[in-house]
Amino acid sequence: MTLRDYAIRYGFIVLLFGLVAYFAIAADGFVSPQSAVFIFQSVAITGVLALGVTATLVVGGFDLSIGSVATSAMMASAYVMVVLEQNAFVAVIVCLLIGAIVGLINGWLIVYMRVPDLLATLGMMFLLVGLQRIPTEGRSIATGMTMPDGSVANGKFSDAFLALGRHRFDFFIPNLIPVSVVVLLVLALLIWFFLEYTRFGRMMYAVGSNERAAELAGAPVKAYKIWAYIISGVFASIGGILLAARLGRGDIASGNNLLLDAVAAALIGYAVLGAAKPNAFGTAVGALFVGILLQGLTMMNAPYYTQDFVKGVVLVVALVFTFALSGRGRR
Amino acid sequence: MVGNAVFRVEGLRKSFGRNEVLGGISLELHSGEVTVLMGANGAGKSTLVKIISGVYERGGGAMTLAGQDFAPNTPAEAIRAGVVTVHQNINDGVVADLDVATNLTLDRLSGRGAPTIFNPARVRREAKAVADRMGLAIDLKARVSDLSLADRQMVAIARALAHQPKVLILDEPTSSLSSAEADRLFALVDRLRGQGVAILYISHRMSDIRRLADRIVSMRDGIVSGVFDSKPLDYEGAVNAMLGRKIHLDRIVARSSAKAVLTVEGLRIAQGARPISMTLGDGEVVAITGLVGVGKTALAETLFGVRKPFAGTMTMDGKPYAPRSAGDAIAAGVFLVAKDRATSGIVGGFNIERNISLPFLKRMSGLNVIKRRLERATARRQIEELGVVCRSEKDEMSALSGGNQQKVMVARWMAQDARLFVLDEPFQGVDISARRDIAAKLRASANGRATLLFVTEIDEALETADRILVMSEHTIVGEHRNADVDMDRLLAEVAGGPLHSAA
Repeated sequence: MTLRDYAIRYGFIVLLFGLVAYFAIAADGFVSPQSAVFIFQSVAITGVLALGVTATLVVGGFDLSIGSVATSAMMASAYVMVVLEQNAFVAVIVCLLIGAIVGLINGWLIVYMRVPDLLATLGMMFLLVGLQRIPTEGRSIATGMTMPDGSVANGKFSDAFLALGRHRFDFFIPNLIPVSVVVLLVLALLIWFFLEYTRFGRMMYAVGSNERAAELAGAPVKAYKIWAYIISGVFASIGGILLAARLGRGDIASGNNLLLDAVAAALIGYAVLGAAKPNAFGTAVGALFVGILLQGLTMMNAPYYTQDFVKGVVLVVALVFTFALSGRGRR
Repeated sequence: MVGNAVFRVEGLRKSFGRNEVLGGISLELHSGEVTVLMGANGAGKSTLVKIISGVYERGGGAMTLAGQDFAPNTPAEAIRAGVVTVHQNINDGVVADLDVATNLTLDRLSGRGAPTIFNPARVRREAKAVADRMGLAIDLKARVSDLSLADRQMVAIARALAHQPKVLILDEPTSSLSSAEADRLFALVDRLRGQGVAILYISHRMSDIRRLADRIVSMRDGIVSGVFDSKPLDYEGAVNAMLGRKIHLDRIVARSSAKAVLTVEGLRIAQGARPISMTLGDGEVVAITGLVGVGKTALAETLFGVRKPFAGTMTMDGKPYAPRSAGDAIAAGVFLVAKDRATSGIVGGFNIERNISLPFLKRMSGLNVIKRRLERATARRQIEELGVVCRSEKDEMSALSGGNQQKVMVARWMAQDARLFVLDEPFQGVDISARRDIAAKLRASANGRATLLFVTEIDEALETADRILVMSEHTIVGEHRNADVDMDRLLAEVAGGPLHSAA
């Protein structure tokens, strides 16, 4: 291997460790279990979304609707519990169904209606942003709110549901690891195993790399593509559930930057270990990278408004790693 | 007419790296004549066209246009000098989102001296003049994207003719036209011929060639292998010169088979085509040959379930066989090495090992988890079997030569036992030694299945098959046992003409 190969392969990991080392020295209290957990918690929701969008990237697609699927799921869970006064289980099921149905529609639009992926999911994004406001006429959902017909919503977020966002498991230190982090880790392991080790994951990569070759090798290409969008939708709705559980209300203003953060994490993932392709491990590292960077900067008192800029710089650098250095972009 | 050539090419050479594509081509085009250029894939036709039209720089030789030296550096220069090319891909010649009038005058909108302001009235006036000169009856205000393929082609040609060329090159202009549409094109070509344009017409379709040709030039392996200009034109001779017939060092011993594997009856693969019936036997290697565009790939895809036949039935081992997808075909033991490996075979993101296992992942998995050890062992075994030259099974496909890439494609489908093994143009872009290896492997392993090859080059059929079938116009027109083949009859069948009674 040449120096260049090493740079492509390990460049981003080295950068990650360098960053940790720098913050460890420069920022007081950066190296502590609490700080680590905080980083994980901050990336949990975007991480889950990013893992979902990775599935669509693998089949050569893209899903821009994940952010709005997540916020729709958040609003839906609030509506189910607060207005319809149902329990946590029903709320979770409704959210997952919304994710699956949106994914199915996305896949159908792309595969059968031949709408380009970016446009189909962009359209779905606008549709959902609007749809989630209709039942409450644009208001956020919380216990005691007044409904459009003048009645008062008396339901409340059930404790079991809130626990998804607020409970912490003991791990050496009491009350250390939040549920959302566990969810992230489990989903990351699941999708990683699915993509790397099962025949379905392998075929999805084949579809993304050469659709016609995959079809002539006997793969039901359309079904694989639709499933990828369903995975993306369901993952996004899980992210929405975690968001709702953390906030404890259906807040129409939150979740604005979920899409950009998740997409950035997945695209940064291309550069990890020189994969030059979408992959679950890379996506998880990408999400972590962004989280560490932001946490470190925050602890060093960098102003909040510089965050998006820093994220953008990281993304651009990662894309240069992937496409220019490895030369995979020119096929 | 000799000595009256308006366009002359002499000793033209071109190499890409060490690979010589044109080895000294000489060619003459005369005013008011259609010269047909024939050549199999890889003969160097498109390279020649690209040099003439100024896309590529020539490697050696000379070109003259009306006695003047002609050496275009860019396509625009060639057009200005009066040599205009209509490329095979129709959509390269038109801008789909603009109207016909703008398309016809597009070349006047840019470059030195073009007006800054777009004047629709003037554009329409100029376009009308161009259309009238050609007898083009298309609404000038229509958007090109709303036109039929044939009309688009007319617009592309009209656009080319707006420059009043001395030489017009048409590169496979009928490849995507229906026969009625092609008739309109022929009428136009006749009209241009009458106006004294020298036309170079590149085609594989014998019906086009019979209809239009005044002269035929055959190319093979980068050189002119035959010029035919005495009437009546010797079409079979031209096909023979293009496909070539060399002395075979390794004659094969033709086998015949008693046990039928696949029986095809009354299969119709194109609207209005005559039905196909054939039987493929166990242990037999059958080659179907025919020119490009006669339906070889359509038949291969029909057998593999990715194309629906218009009529007819297929029987495999006595049971009805009607695959509706590639998956069905694979499950029934019908494997296809598809034509053009880069677009329909190789998965670029996968290494050799993963390319080989691709169709058989289900059979290589337990509980849907891929058995990686089995996958690797299979890949290693297949690399060994086919003699793929590589460092290891982890090599990227892009690191392999064309011949080795093709070996991987064949190795992929030989990883499991087939009942019917179909290979569509398996020797395209494959060097001679890899071709020999693959052919030898196919013959050595032929027992237990039927093997069907589709090849354009007759040589390849003669080198590998026990039996040769000839296709023309979407049906099978001839059958030969590969022992003392009557080449005259075979070539006549390929050329699609009536048989000479003397032969």
